[in-house]
Amino acid sequence: MEPKDFNSSDPVAWCPGCGNFGIQSALKTALARLGKPPRELLLVSGIGQAAKMPHYIKANFFNGLHGRALPAAAAAKIANRELTVIVTTGDGDCYGEGGNHFLHNIRRNVDMTVIVHDNQVYGLTKGQASPTTERGIKTKIQPGGVILAPFPPLETALALGCGFVARGYAAEREHLAELILAGIAHKGFSLIDVFQPCVSFNKLNTYDWFSTRVYKVGPEHDVADKSAALALAAQRERLPLGVLYSKPGPAYGELSGLDALPPLVNADLANVDIAPALADFR
Amino acid sequence: MKDEISVRITGEAGQGVISAGMMLCRMYKESGRHVFAIQDYMSRIRGGNNFFQVRAAGRPVAAPRRQADIIVALDKEAVEANRGALAPGGILLLDAGKFGITQLEAGWVHVPLYALAQEAGGELYANSVALGLLAALTCGAFEGAAKAAAREFAAKGADAAAKNEVAARKGYDYAAGKIKRGDFLLPSAPHERPYLLAGNEALALGVISAGCKFYSAYPMSPSTGVMNTVADYAAKYGIIVEQAEDEIAAVNMAVGAAFAGARAMTGTSGGGFALMCEGLSLAAITETPLVIAIVMRPGPATGFPTRTAQEDLEFALHAGHGEFARAVYTPGSPEECFLAAKRAFNTAERFQVPALILSDQYLAESFTNVAFPDTTGEPPDRGRIISSEAAPETRRYEYSDDGVSPRAIPGRSGALAVADSDEHGPEGHITELAEVRIKMTEKRLRLKLAGLARETLPPTVVNPGAKTMLCGFGSTLGVMREACAAAAGTGFIHYPQVWPFPADATLAALKGAGRVLTVENNATGQLARLIRRETGAQAAGSILKYDGRPFTADELSAALEGGK
Repeated sequence: MEPKDFNSSDPVAWCPGCGNFGIQSALKTALARLGKPPRELLLVSGIGQAAKMPHYIKANFFNGLHGRALPAAAAAKIANRELTVIVTTGDGDCYGEGGNHFLHNIRRNVDMTVIVHDNQVYGLTKGQASPTTERGIKTKIQPGGVILAPFPPLETALALGCGFVARGYAAEREHLAELILAGIAHKGFSLIDVFQPCVSFNKLNTYDWFSTRVYKVGPEHDVADKSAALALAAQRERLPLGVLYSKPGPAYGELSGLDALPPLVNADLANVDIAPALADFR
Repeated sequence: MKDEISVRITGEAGQGVISAGMMLCRMYKESGRHVFAIQDYMSRIRGGNNFFQVRAAGRPVAAPRRQADIIVALDKEAVEANRGALAPGGILLLDAGKFGITQLEAGWVHVPLYALAQEAGGELYANSVALGLLAALTCGAFEGAAKAAAREFAAKGADAAAKNEVAARKGYDYAAGKIKRGDFLLPSAPHERPYLLAGNEALALGVISAGCKFYSAYPMSPSTGVMNTVADYAAKYGIIVEQAEDEIAAVNMAVGAAFAGARAMTGTSGGGFALMCEGLSLAAITETPLVIAIVMRPGPATGFPTRTAQEDLEFALHAGHGEFARAVYTPGSPEECFLAAKRAFNTAERFQVPALILSDQYLAESFTNVAFPDTTGEPPDRGRIISSEAAPETRRYEYSDDGVSPRAIPGRSGALAVADSDEHGPEGHITELAEVRIKMTEKRLRLKLAGLARETLPPTVVNPGAKTMLCGFGSTLGVMREACAAAAGTGFIHYPQVWPFPADATLAALKGAGRVLTVENNATGQLARLIRRETGAQAAGSILKYDGRPFTADELSAALEGGK
């Protein structure tokens, strides 16, 4: 399949130069390489600029509430485990409004790939601080500069036992496409935090800023070594890109017994016999 | 011989009050009596005072009595807390030695509960001793108690079952020899109401029967019983029960699973439902079938976690921002809980709307023996689903005369499944066009509401146009039925569904009526306001109870007497 097979008819509403274009391109490339038709894919999002992505890719999609992409996505995957489920979310959506779901869906470990468009700012609501905004950045709401410590998504995910933790960069499309494919291949919750320059509201973390800081993790890094992954995730001067951690483990489908059942969506509802259960109440 | 009797077993949390209560229910049911039992318990795991009160009779009973003819107190505090509930001529059984009570008052009877329990193997068997006492005093035979004890402790092994039966036998023998039976003996006759069910269990069985395959919820009293029962049968029926991290996750999971094509629901109580409101609105705009069971308890905020109220009627009618169609079911008995669950799933899928089931702690946790004339109920109807052969360009939110569009199932339908919480056009993409917004509002609100209104469950009406007409929804069904049977010239309307409101049926039932009174477990008369809003009919008054406890049959009868 070709990336263009995933072209959507919906006109794109992002700013020219937005980092989201790079992520969109990488996602289409990854889906083409995956080779599954649009009807077997489900893109799920919340609200924000990243959350518009499902409209711009040809696939099934569920564009739900702000912060609530993960519970909807996890349950859709539980309902039909044959779907490939990909969440496109932002730093505000996933780490702020939906922070509790981020924590617990890592624990839940449903097989889905979560791409966080991390632009370190709120785009759709015009420039307020996000959970990943660096300290000291001035905004209309924080004219004296942000005082909260930034949320560390990769370290948090690693601490929670996430089995696949990666970081991409919107300007590194080919690299990101391969990260997405690896995330899809991992059975369980896969987190890909993507640096995404916001050309309208983030005047610090620009393409130029990233270009002097990012580097790709080399083959010498053992992706099964959590301590090494944590050390990489903690770097703040130079910023590593790539798979920081990847280790297979039992996912929700196996632990819940779901994988032993036919997909829930296939259930024959016409022939549920309640009599045996009712008999217990005699 | 009495035609009915109420017995109360009471003690602190952890003394096996519930276990004894369940055995009593089974004893009466198995020995040819009908039962209605309420649980009154505190929000704590140990200590305090709880009671389980069973009303048994030779005819079906559907509400509790205010007082008990026999009270068995398992600790000293229970004596103080429950002595006021003793009916005239009744007896309170207590272990005077164990409790350090030297002065027995009128109607108090000493029983060496704990010495008998010790003889059976330990003090924890005191509740089974109580069962045996009551078997002797009210049944005059041990067989029902033996069956009940065997059933209650079957899961705990042969030794536990045997010791409890021994304890019950000791209680039975003691009462048979030492306590004057008075006229507590109940008549018995075989009956065709063999199932002992509480509302939560019946609701859960309806959910399972409806083909629900995904239940996500966050534990919250008194709704957790629904989740527990679904979980009990999850493996057998291929259901995934997921404990969500919070109610927001619970409702968004239910919506996600329903979108993906499984029958899915969540359950909660008022505080949790408050957190679910945005998700309810999401189900409405995405036109995703969503079922929510709301088992009410008194608020505001944490309120009374383990007690009852009907305070969230207006909340359920109006919850969620924006304007959209919904159905609100208000079952009044275990049978209606079962049927409401089945109907709610069909309604949710056929109209692609949220369907709410409003229950309360009293209905949820009161046990009664019921018949299930039809164990299947209505067959599942999934509404319009886009087939696997449908053209890819089939639009998910296509306009239609009844507001319902063909629904795509991801991976199963020929067209892609799309959903958007933003306003969207027929193809499901974001729009800001004024004319689309108007058409979509008409579709989601007026067209669907008109279809739903045609299918509202009809109210149960007894003695239409009577001199006094009572109106109630949900759990007041039983108490209204009893009060009407006891008072000539009284009729009632019970609503098993309050939205869309059955205005015509209401006006027909009230035609020629004298005074109209609503009966509600809330402080403001929410049903009275709803009736006036939807029909113009103004109730003369409301009989309201908002102390966290259910109406009793005596209370409602007294209120009717007083109002004459």
